[in-house]
Amino acid sequence: MENLVQIALQNVNMAAILPSLVLTCFGMGLLLINVFLPRGTTRHAVWISVIGLVVTGFFVYTGWGNPQYGFNDAVANDNYTAFFSVIFLFAAGLTILMSDDYLTREGYPVSEYYPLILFATAGAMWMASGTDMLTIFLGLEVMSIALYVLAGFFRGQLRSNEAGLKYFLLGAFSTGFLLYGIALIYGVTGSTKLTEIGIYLNAHGSLLENPMTLAGLVLLSTGFLFKIAAAPFHMWTPDVYEGAPTPVTAFMSAGPKAAAFAAFLRIMEYCFFSLKPEWTAMLWVIAVLTMVIGNVIAIQQTNLKRMLAYSSIAHAGYALVGLVAANEIGYSGILFYMLAYTFMNIGAFAVLVLAGKKGEDNLTLEGFSGFGLKRPFLGVAMTVFLFSLMGLPPTAGFAGKFYIFAGAVKAGYIWLAVIGVLNSAVSLYYYLRIMVYMYFRDAEEDYAWVSLPAAAVISIVIALIGVFYLGIIPGDVMEMAKMAIF
Amino acid sequence: MLDSYLPILTLIIIALGFSVAVIVLSRLVGENKPSAVKLAPYECGMPPVGSAHEQFSIKFYIIAMLFIVFDIEVVFMYPWAVMFKRLGLFGFMEMGVFILILLVGYAYVWKKGALEWE
Repeated sequence: MENLVQIALQNVNMAAILPSLVLTCFGMGLLLINVFLPRGTTRHAVWISVIGLVVTGFFVYTGWGNPQYGFNDAVANDNYTAFFSVIFLFAAGLTILMSDDYLTREGYPVSEYYPLILFATAGAMWMASGTDMLTIFLGLEVMSIALYVLAGFFRGQLRSNEAGLKYFLLGAFSTGFLLYGIALIYGVTGSTKLTEIGIYLNAHGSLLENPMTLAGLVLLSTGFLFKIAAAPFHMWTPDVYEGAPTPVTAFMSAGPKAAAFAAFLRIMEYCFFSLKPEWTAMLWVIAVLTMVIGNVIAIQQTNLKRMLAYSSIAHAGYALVGLVAANEIGYSGILFYMLAYTFMNIGAFAVLVLAGKKGEDNLTLEGFSGFGLKRPFLGVAMTVFLFSLMGLPPTAGFAGKFYIFAGAVKAGYIWLAVIGVLNSAVSLYYYLRIMVYMYFRDAEEDYAWVSLPAAAVISIVIALIGVFYLGIIPGDVMEMAKMAIF
Repeated sequence: MLDSYLPILTLIIIALGFSVAVIVLSRLVGENKPSAVKLAPYECGMPPVGSAHEQFSIKFYIIAMLFIVFDIEVVFMYPWAVMFKRLGLFGFMEMGVFILILLVGYAYVWKKGALEWE
């Protein structure tokens, strides 16, 4: 007993959790400040949150190239964690910047919104840094619980309620799958530590000999694939993305998705590297299904939020291709793609946030008629983001898809790359259709000149810079992504 | 390996057998004279008032949730208290941080008025 206490005390390493610790402190501080200020004041919360994210970013930056491990190897603050943390911080920052005027417009100037986003971000960082199943699970729960609340944030709106409840019920269900998978893997290997599981499975043979490993692997994958919104576990996505407040949708489609990829990738590589042929075969099918279902159903959508929801399913499919490739370019391609996707998708949602009117009934294709000419800045920004989502050069989306498909080709999955490129071609149709409505239809309504909220414009500009930087000079970030993977 | 589960299986069988036996026996042997008063739900000896199937004020749920949250937190202090000396100053600081986090939540709840009934 004495011994255990000693080990526990020696393994404490605050440096391993420093960034998320700082972020949590900002979140709690903000929560306290909020209640002591009068209701409806939210402006301060935006700037405190942004400062919190920047300070956290500084600590993430100092952690680069200086890996810290702690808490009995349950947490690793390595380059991998740092890279993903940057993605989460950008996702949270861009979301927070676009949120303030939106919340006021929709009639919910509630300042709890911002701490919830900070907590979700901290949870995502724990997921990326977890090297023990339970740390990852803890991070997932912290992130998800904050998101359940955020999805149902407009508590007077039926759609938002539906989104919150649906996300909560299905999310809890999928968490059950994940936990069951963890339990079975623990039952087989006797450990929850990722490296120890990997060593055991490497030494003790194949899936066919041990059905419990197979069941554990499948259940574990189900849990993560749900969070990633991969087919056939994507059914919640359109409803939740459509019903949730638009900035929350933007955040959900980038940050938590990247977090699930981070944990999934680490688990697959640390624990199941000896079973690679088995799980790549499984993910091959799921990647193809996800790409096809996402893109084909997106064609039919007329509501833009819903269309972007299906497009986000399709993009999860592209990223899964990198996981199937399971080589250096494929893995670092996922990291790169998640960063690129954060900029382009949150940028596109930021335009939707500014384009919407109260209640957001106008966010349809028809509602966007003539939008591009009447709102030149937003029109051009939307065009850039859509080009990036299609994957056309010189934008981030092109570079991301290039790396991922290059990884697939290098690993010998020629057909997978072909299917991926064909799917990109399909996606041109519905992305271009938005542009056709924006520029080649006459505006049905009078667009009076409005001044755009500064914070949201900053958000869009940062996203634009990100999309072009990653598109024109992808090499630097790709080098960092290569340094970040194992 | 499965042998070690034998006692649990035995216990399950005995528990099932016992409860079924008691119910069946009391049906067979006991007298059965129901009346309206006897069939009424038991409410600590008071005559029941109204139906149990009605909406409760949401305040009950908030209080119940807060109670559970803070109640569970106290449970974490027991193992800490047992190991207090060996964990030393570090353990004390950790528990201090833990309680501080709780206090933030408590202050939040209090200031929001979730503890007021009216």
